[in-house]
Amino acid sequence: MSTTIDEATRSADSLRRFLAGLPGVDQVGAEERVADLSRRSIKTTSKQYAIDLAISMVDLTTLEGADTPGKVRALSNKAMRPDPTDGSCPRAAAVCVYPDLVPVAKQTLGDSGVNVASVATAFPSGRAALSIRLDDTRTAVEAGADEIDMVIDRGAFLAGDYQRVYDDIVAVKAACERADGTHAHLKVIFETGELQTYDNVRRASWLAMMAGADFIKTSTGKVQPAATLPVTLVMLEAVRDFRSATGRQVGVKPAGGIRTTKDAIKYLVVVNEIAGPDWLTPDWFRFGASSLLNDLLMQRQRMLTGHYSGPDYVTLD
Amino acid sequence: MADKPIFEYAPAPQSRSVVDIRSSYGLFIGGEFVEGASAASFKTISPATEEVLAEVTEANAEDVDRAVAAARRAYTRVWSRMPGAERAKYLYRIARIIAERAREFAVLESLDNGKPIKESRDADIPLVAQWFFYYAGWADKLAYAGLGTNPKAHGVAGQIIPWNFPLMMLAWKIAPALAAGNTVVLKPAETTPLTALLFAEVCQQADLPPGVVNIVTGAGATGQAIVEHPDVDKVAFTGSTDVGKAIARSVAGTRKKVTLELGGKAANIVFDDAPVDQAVDGIVNGIFFNQGHVCCAGSRLLVQESVYDELLDRLKRRMTTLRVGDPLDKNTDIGAINSAEQLARIRELSAIGDAEGAERWSPPCELPANGFWFAPTIFTGVTQAHRIAREEIFGPVLSVLTFRTPAEAVEKANNTPYGLSAGVWTEKGSRILSIANQLRAGVVWANTFNKFDPASPFGGYKESGYGREGGKPGLAAYLTEESN
Repeated sequence: MSTTIDEATRSADSLRRFLAGLPGVDQVGAEERVADLSRRSIKTTSKQYAIDLAISMVDLTTLEGADTPGKVRALSNKAMRPDPTDGSCPRAAAVCVYPDLVPVAKQTLGDSGVNVASVATAFPSGRAALSIRLDDTRTAVEAGADEIDMVIDRGAFLAGDYQRVYDDIVAVKAACERADGTHAHLKVIFETGELQTYDNVRRASWLAMMAGADFIKTSTGKVQPAATLPVTLVMLEAVRDFRSATGRQVGVKPAGGIRTTKDAIKYLVVVNEIAGPDWLTPDWFRFGASSLLNDLLMQRQRMLTGHYSGPDYVTLD
Repeated sequence: MADKPIFEYAPAPQSRSVVDIRSSYGLFIGGEFVEGASAASFKTISPATEEVLAEVTEANAEDVDRAVAAARRAYTRVWSRMPGAERAKYLYRIARIIAERAREFAVLESLDNGKPIKESRDADIPLVAQWFFYYAGWADKLAYAGLGTNPKAHGVAGQIIPWNFPLMMLAWKIAPALAAGNTVVLKPAETTPLTALLFAEVCQQADLPPGVVNIVTGAGATGQAIVEHPDVDKVAFTGSTDVGKAIARSVAGTRKKVTLELGGKAANIVFDDAPVDQAVDGIVNGIFFNQGHVCCAGSRLLVQESVYDELLDRLKRRMTTLRVGDPLDKNTDIGAINSAEQLARIRELSAIGDAEGAERWSPPCELPANGFWFAPTIFTGVTQAHRIAREEIFGPVLSVLTFRTPAEAVEKANNTPYGLSAGVWTEKGSRILSIANQLRAGVVWANTFNKFDPASPFGGYKESGYGREGGKPGLAAYLTEESN
């Protein structure tokens, strides 16, 4: 299969043929499958485990024009100590900010183990010259970002110009290289709400993985619908199939619109049963969310203390 | 979080407290529970634990005679004189009560039958309510159904139903019969009588006129008494082909009308351009839904050779995620085999598969110590000449065959004494239509499997029976076509 991938990426034509040849996704069947998995009942010990796991997978995110260093410092502290009253609470996986705020996050987080992720490549539209997008990426990497969340050019993708999208990802991946030879992890955002069909989601997933993505991510959070369970199912099938074809494991990150513990647990069930337990770690699965964390914390407190304390018992941002 | 992730679901059993099971049940005749003519009774057990659930009356010919007489009285005095719109009100009322008491029915069905609660809760019982709602809508429109200007009910319908979908099969039988103006004597299967007896309580709760629905419990002899009763006008049977043949012989030459829904050995055909992950889900749903106790189960998988290896890998991986165990656990995918007898039959046919040289595979799974259990199983290397490809196993056992061209797929799919259902998996719309037209099967599903809808007719060719249930044809089976 890896020779097939070499062949697939040899020319624009072969790339298009390869992507068109991927098995289709039946919409009704895919949605039925997630509906079925959503009815799994998670109780007691499994739920405690799932909540802690979900907290450790959160990319705590602020991507607003009004973001300030103070806001990012607050968010970074929250990521390190999501529940200041409980030392046993796991920390979040990363803090996700715009490139200019990476130094603030980096400095605040220090060696806490929480990564700094940054959206680059003219987020959220991606509609800028490649040189600008690459500069954007380098700025973030040089400022210390551990992870780069890039958006693909949806216009090029929908026009069928897969080669251009592929080349973009390869170029951004190269721009993720640090002076010491290490890499910032590359997450590729599809904005699945704009790609619309599950067939497109499956093709975009393979395209990004073949171009070197370390993670594939559903959405910017700026377009509705953002992450959905069926879209995540299709992406999880893709990373599972890609690993059996090439031996290389790629992570998945649904982002936007996941607000409740109940929703997060549904995603974990889908990860467990579709891709498998190997993906059930922050290394291979993340939630791009800002409001999810507080619901997880409230549920966690409720499970530990037996009562529900309310929103004033968890911290703002 | 340093530990290797283990995401085991904790047990999530549905509470049994929503349902009261009596220690013993009489027969439901003339709107009341009555004792049987003899003291004969039998026990119904939970197939998952072998626990005795209740003692049930064994109806003899005398009891059947009483039930038929009650049905005849209700037919001539009340039900046949009642305007369709009035009959509809009763059917709507029954539908609503079932919807309200859905959880109670679901729990009882899973206890008595062994099927997972998620299936009884999400498939069986909602469909039961839908069936009554659907046929309620027809009751006052019979003259407009295209069955003559003044179609008439047959009179008393004798109905015998199987143990695989106990309450759903009851709804398939009773809803159209009552909508058309018949009264009924129904016998549930001897291993799964409890939801039919709870349904009798619903009839009382709905104030259904006494005798319109009569429920007699018992085994083969009771069924035979119904079929042979001279005052039964119409016989409807769902069950095994052997019994169906005996019924056909028994009613031949009489004035009785008959519909039969019998066995199947459906082909599930997967082409190389199929939506592969959904095809795998559909294969699993096709054969492992309800432990494979489904007459329209997709028990023969026909895979195009060019995608055989890939499809098999995916199918096996998917099967390893199936959860076998306590039917009342909400996370259970596959429950218990309905009876010791059925388990023995599945084992026997599987052993024949081994002996004929087919290769057996099951995912590693721990089966409970008590009760009747059979792991989900596939046989590969199966050909048309294998008995496991010919005979209905009625259990979670899939035979995998291959084909090279569409013509070969159709030929193999049709090369069976049965013809109840089939499945086609392909992304090519024109191929769906062309293959579906060539398959000799009553239902052909495209890119899905085991879907039921009250408006959609269901029934088979050849040894899968005759007549149709569901939709307008299901209504026609309970009406005479002469207009007068």
